Amino acid sequence: MEAGFQLALDSAPFLLKGAYYTVILSLGGMFFGLLLGFGLALMRLSRFKLLSWTARVYVSFFRGTPLLVQLFLIYYGLPQVGIELDPIPAAMTGFSLNMAAYACEILRAAISSIERGQWEAAASIGMTRAQTLRRAILPQAMRTALPPLGNSFISLVKDTALAATIQVPELFRQAQLVSARTFEIFTMYLSAALIYWVLASILAHFQNRLEDRVNRHDLES
Amino acid sequence: MIVVEKLTKQFKGQVVLNGIDLEVKEGEVVAIIGPSGSGKTTFLRCLNFLEEPTSGRIKVGDIEIDSNKPLNQQQGLVRRLRQHVGFVFQNFNLFPHRTALENVIEGPIVVKKMPREAAIALGRKLLARVGLAGKEESYPRRLSGGQQQRVAIARALAMEPEVILFDEPTSALDPELVGEVLATIRSLAEENRTMVIVTHEMSFARDVANRVIFFDKGVIVEQGEAKALFANPKEERTKQFLSKFLAH
Repeated sequence: MEAGFQLALDSAPFLLKGAYYTVILSLGGMFFGLLLGFGLALMRLSRFKLLSWTARVYVSFFRGTPLLVQLFLIYYGLPQVGIELDPIPAAMTGFSLNMAAYACEILRAAISSIERGQWEAAASIGMTRAQTLRRAILPQAMRTALPPLGNSFISLVKDTALAATIQVPELFRQAQLVSARTFEIFTMYLSAALIYWVLASILAHFQNRLEDRVNRHDLES
Repeated sequence: MIVVEKLTKQFKGQVVLNGIDLEVKEGEVVAIIGPSGSGKTTFLRCLNFLEEPTSGRIKVGDIEIDSNKPLNQQQGLVRRLRQHVGFVFQNFNLFPHRTALENVIEGPIVVKKMPREAAIALGRKLLARVGLAGKEESYPRRLSGGQQQRVAIARALAMEPEVILFDEPTSALDPELVGEVLATIRSLAEENRTMVIVTHEMSFARDVANRVIFFDKGVIVEQGEAKALFANPKEERTKQFLSKFLAH
């Protein structure tokens, strides 16, 4: 047991370096995923059939196929059509595209849940659709969207472990490498699990704080 | 002030408005009454294009919109018209994430680009005007229905509209809160503001409106000076409708 503990300490730099990539991939995937997802949500809600249909097909594909397959497609498949990506950009692309599909559905549902009277009230004082969205609809929709977005973010952190399969030296991959070298399999994977747990807990904490903030007008008089 | 010509509205093959002509003069208070489903609310919503008319023309001040042309090519014009036409909803439709004051100053700041300081001064003045001084920082959820509706009236006033449309402004209120909202609207009438009010409050329509219009089945059945119409309705359908209210 003591040997295991010593090993965990010795391998800490490796694991922390892996955790660094895990965090980068998570943050990047979430950031670009949200950005793209928001655009897709607007397309989905658009009156133009072609736009909403395109977004619908996109979401259907990325939610209907395994993330692992998507990563393989990007990293191993795309070079055959002349697009070569290094492991980290490939993983970042995969996570962003995948997250965008989920973010699109969450944002679309949240925006749709705002009653029509809010759009009409903003229209009645002469606001444009963009002004209405920014000033009236999104602040309210975010309250609905934050819990599921937070959950998706936490899922993403865990899903970044899949990047191990396309050569990204993230947390899970580092744990694999060290355990293959030392045969301290249990210790290494337990350490990796604990680090994932800590990352997810930190996120959950921020998620709660953020939810409290957007729900402020419920609590104050 | 407002001129409506041959306005029609069809919805899923059903005729909701069947050729409405109407003129409202500056300073006039017009009440629209009629059974539910008569098209009166749809008509009011067409006046600021919350509802898209099927055909016809609407003119407010010097802004004219022809519904025979596609509306999405006239969006800029519609937005300009809306800035001149205040609208008060049955369900208030305040922005729940903004305080009473923020609700009122939203239009002036975002649409009219009024400096924030000036908008706040205006907002405070208008909230006081509707009897809500001291409630500036309250969120809608913490206000009664009557107070919310008065904030909504202040929000409409903040755009300094040439005409204000009221869509059954007291129908969603508890009975004991109706009076305060009607009193606010009455005081606006006394300032000679141009207003069109769809309402079920017959005695209010009689006392406050200059002219009453009776709608039924998508057409104007009868209209006239308010007190005369209530005392002496000419059309059979008007008599029938009013008798239900007098029976109470």
